[in-house]
Amino acid sequence: MTELVLFFIFGALALVGGLTVVAARNPVHSAMGLMLTLFSLAVFYVVQAAHFVAAVQVIVYAGAVMTLFLFVIMLIGVDKAENLSETIRLQRPLVVLVGLTVVVVGVFVAVGGRFAWITGVVGAGPEVNGTAEAIGDDLFTTWLLPFEATSLLLIIASAGALALAFFRPRRREGKEEGAP
Amino acid sequence: MTVTVDWYLILAAVLFVIGAAGLLVRRNAIVMFMSIELMLNAVNLTFVSVGRELRDLTGQFAVFFVLVVAAAEVVVGLAIIVSIFRTRATASVDELSEMKG
Repeated sequence: MTELVLFFIFGALALVGGLTVVAARNPVHSAMGLMLTLFSLAVFYVVQAAHFVAAVQVIVYAGAVMTLFLFVIMLIGVDKAENLSETIRLQRPLVVLVGLTVVVVGVFVAVGGRFAWITGVVGAGPEVNGTAEAIGDDLFTTWLLPFEATSLLLIIASAGALALAFFRPRRREGKEEGAP
Repeated sequence: MTVTVDWYLILAAVLFVIGAAGLLVRRNAIVMFMSIELMLNAVNLTFVSVGRELRDLTGQFAVFFVLVVAAAEVVVGLAIIVSIFRTRATASVDELSEMKG
């Protein structure tokens, strides 16, 4: 019963947040909408006993990533004069069509398939409980190599971001100052 | 009435499509990035829900790694957007057509 109430409240909030991301003129409002969606998903993770993932979701996504987004919006300014005219003909109707198709196929797979045809596994055994202890036990044994690979990835990403920010682009020759 | 895994999967599908539509329709590079994050999060919800249904913790590890990759991607992507903005003074992707054939 609790799960039902939580599903409807936070499912609606997640959808509102998602629509805000897409529809808002102001990028700051988009960021706020995304944050709403991220928090709603964190609630779903808690409901589904993925406690550690929920904590990481709030700390990394809603905390770090969204702060980064807001910093960049602040840095490059709020650009409200976004040109939304269609450059590709019939792009929006096609987007709607493809979106509806994906949703219908997704619903068909979810409701009709029960994924037994994908995995051959139907849930057996005890309920999962994603505590920090359970996650850590597997992460540092079974998933040790991917875990170390992510550390490499993070170092490369931060080095790349530093390099992009550090090396000033040279002004192109033959282009006058202040020319459009 | 209880909440089954299907409900979460349908919600995730709808969120994914909203994100994909945003990526296709919007022109502002930052908003497009946020749409990508929305799609990644929809998939994360799917991972957690299916992992719970199949009584398997592996779905949560997938979410964990998706999260790390998304964080790295945001760092590099936003750095690229900032450096583009410094040379072109715009965040609109339609302006960046120098490699157009």
